[in-house]
Amino acid sequence: MAFGKDHELHTRRSGRNLGVAGLLIGFAAIVFGLTIAKVSEDGPVQGFDHVARPELTERGQE
Amino acid sequence: MSDLSFETRQTTVIQGGEGSFGDYFALMKPRVMSLVIFTALVGLLVAPVPVHPMVGFCAILFIAIGAGASGALNMWWDADIDQVMRRTRKRPIPAGQVAPGEALALGLGLSGLSVVMLSLATNLLAGFLLAFTIFFYAVVYSMWLKRSTPQNIVIGGAAGAFPPMIGWVAATGSIGLEAVLMFALIFMWTPPHFWALALFMKSDYDDAGVPMLTVTHGRRETRRQILIYTILLVPVSLGLAMTPVAGPLYVVAAVVLNAIFLKGAWSIWRRDETIAEADNYFVEKKVFRFSLLYLFLHFGVLLIEATLARAGIALIGG
Repeated sequence: MAFGKDHELHTRRSGRNLGVAGLLIGFAAIVFGLTIAKVSEDGPVQGFDHVARPELTERGQE
Repeated sequence: MSDLSFETRQTTVIQGGEGSFGDYFALMKPRVMSLVIFTALVGLLVAPVPVHPMVGFCAILFIAIGAGASGALNMWWDADIDQVMRRTRKRPIPAGQVAPGEALALGLGLSGLSVVMLSLATNLLAGFLLAFTIFFYAVVYSMWLKRSTPQNIVIGGAAGAFPPMIGWVAATGSIGLEAVLMFALIFMWTPPHFWALALFMKSDYDDAGVPMLTVTHGRRETRRQILIYTILLVPVSLGLAMTPVAGPLYVVAAVVLNAIFLKGAWSIWRRDETIAEADNYFVEKKVFRFSLLYLFLHFGVLLIEATLARAGIALIGG
């Protein structure tokens, strides 16, 4: 059951609001895609885990 | 005359209505944006550094949004003269669809967003160049030059010339000779293109108080300036042919296109108003239409050659 009739303002602005919603979703998707692209561009990522990781340093790789 | 009467005569308050989504999009000058997208894409793809497709897509998108933002700022500032001119009377602000303050907010908001996002997606130099382009178009051209000098088209043309350079910088991180020449190509092309249009368009710029060369220096001088700038355009176009981004197809296209453009500019210079009016500005209209093709083909050929090179297809010599 509907809660009530939509206010005239909502009907009038529905196109604009849907457009803005679409843009925001698109923007979020772009930021997500860009993040994936940036992260995968530099190869595998190793996180800092509070443990000494000699292989991450140049000396450790020698 | 009192200050009050002066104010009453000079200003017509523009009030915004309920603009649709399309009205806000129209503020961003979509036709200009399409040219920006095309030239920036060419700048990005001819660069010798490969770009991740997603990063490339984002770079072009944010360059286009930056161009749209400067368009919105231009419409906000020029709302008063847009009201006067027939060509611009139906734009969202003079038509009463969007309030000037909303256009300003949209322009500023999208400027910030596009510059920050382009910097994050590519590099700081590309972001800085985009910020400078927006500033140049909105402040230097719209607010300062447009209403004060007939050279407005010449210097303001720089704003339209930056996109391929930004595309190049987005890929490489630095400004190369090729990027400067692509910039110079659009920069030198803009005056003959617009002045050819000004010769046959019975423009209402004069009513709006915008100084156009045809009005301030006369149509004879405009014809001379078209020829001068077309001659100056030739070495830029051929100079680009000497760089690694151009291949044999570009060299052939540049030679042919410049020969035709020069012939057109020469014909415009040789004609006077009596002859032009007799054939309804036939040559001027033809040169204007050709100038569009001239720029499109220059960048189009660069794009074709870059695409072929990426696909491993060499046109000559394997």
